[in-house]
Amino acid sequence: MKPFDYVRAASHGDAHDNAARIIAGGTNLLDLMKHQIETPTKLVDVTRLDMTEIEEAENSVRIGALVSNSDLAADPLIRERYGVLSRALLAGASGQLRNKATTGGNLLQRTRCPYFYDTTQPCNKREPGSGCMAMEGQNRILAILGTSDKCIATHPSDMAVAMRVLDARVEIEKPDGQIQLLTLDELYRLPGDTPHEETALEPGDLIVAVHLPDAPKGKHVYRKVRDRSSYAFALVSVGAVVHTDGGKITDAALAFGGLGPRPWRDTEVEQTLIGEAPSEALFEKAADILLADAKGYGGNDFKIPLTRRVLKSVLGELTGATQ
Amino acid sequence: MPTLGSAMKITLNVNGEARSLDVDPRVALLDALRTHLDLTGSKKGCDHGQCGACTVLVNGRRINSCLTLAVMHEGDEITTIEGLGEPGSLSPLQKSFVKHDGYQCGYCTPGQIMSAKGMIAEFNMGWPSNVTDDLGTAPDFTEAEIKERMSGNLCRCSAYPGICHAIREAAPDEGTIEEAAE
Repeated sequence: MKPFDYVRAASHGDAHDNAARIIAGGTNLLDLMKHQIETPTKLVDVTRLDMTEIEEAENSVRIGALVSNSDLAADPLIRERYGVLSRALLAGASGQLRNKATTGGNLLQRTRCPYFYDTTQPCNKREPGSGCMAMEGQNRILAILGTSDKCIATHPSDMAVAMRVLDARVEIEKPDGQIQLLTLDELYRLPGDTPHEETALEPGDLIVAVHLPDAPKGKHVYRKVRDRSSYAFALVSVGAVVHTDGGKITDAALAFGGLGPRPWRDTEVEQTLIGEAPSEALFEKAADILLADAKGYGGNDFKIPLTRRVLKSVLGELTGATQ
Repeated sequence: MPTLGSAMKITLNVNGEARSLDVDPRVALLDALRTHLDLTGSKKGCDHGQCGACTVLVNGRRINSCLTLAVMHEGDEITTIEGLGEPGSLSPLQKSFVKHDGYQCGYCTPGQIMSAKGMIAEFNMGWPSNVTDDLGTAPDFTEAEIKERMSGNLCRCSAYPGICHAIREAAPDEGTIEEAAE
């Protein structure tokens, strides 16, 4: 690990430090620092700041950025109203990691692409302009949607997939104290020609909370398909809240993990489902729309049919139709 | 002006005792325990949060001590395997691991036991897991629940059946868990 100065923030002002990296749970950042993928010269520890509460407000819930993944998953209100979020959190990492990992930090996890982690290899995300070995290399876990000719990395978070389903907004405190609220599609950038620019955050910004509006109507499911039954990243995951009434789908919100550089949501898929009677043909059509632009790179080709099957299975479960 | 990353004087509360030490900010809690405080019970397996051999309790919660900095833990209560029991006065989990042969080489054992200790506390708080059917009701302490909740602790000798038996038998003595539902 490269040397760095350590400061424990006593106030939000201390955390708005352009020269520093913020550390909270540290479960991803310290791992990356041990590999010298991240080499900050200063760390600001925000763990003693006042961002640890889950608060209910009118038509929303505000989750402090320091709420641990385990506390969030176990919270009675989250379990009751936002089941997809509890389920996604419980499907991620291990008990030890969930105890340390925070809500804000989980959103900012870096990719698990093997070439990003291997500092002997080029990587456009780690070293802009150096090239991408994943396109023709080991790309089994990598993306099929939202990629560019510079990068095919996936975002690894389960939590963020559920938050995308729930239309979460991230509360960001700017260095001048102004508050900015971003949707996850606004927070996360697609790779394009600059895969190293992953988010819309600017130097000195501090994520202070995540806001969830009232949960959409319907049953909640988080289905994660992975190489082991526990403690593994998703190959494909689906977070879904779907409601049926009178034999028709009336509400649908769906997001996908393991497919793209950010939690993937395609509202056209939802519009296809809403107002229709659940059927095998309808689910096939939804999968066609979701996967219309999907592109495999060899090792990850299997994700295209796998996503279709998982989507159909989840929709079958949620609507009581066959599957 | 001190040089970048110069050592810091900190005090850690470990197993109920205040311990002062000078550490480079880079030192992980695990390395502070092992090399600065001679508490070598916590083990370094992968050093990347994947194997669980370094598991300790911080303020009663199990964490990977390799993935956190010693300087971040001033004011916290840290419990290591040395704080659970000693030869002659083993904790219920330690006794149960001996009885059920919950190990072969023993390298992962301190982490398994500390993780089990934290896991039982989580269970007693009614926390659900990925295999809990209903998020609205308290889960039963079944083998499936133990396996899922202990998935952050690897055992290369594959002593998992013994580990599971040891945890099931010791759990009622470690907290308030009712006899496991059959």
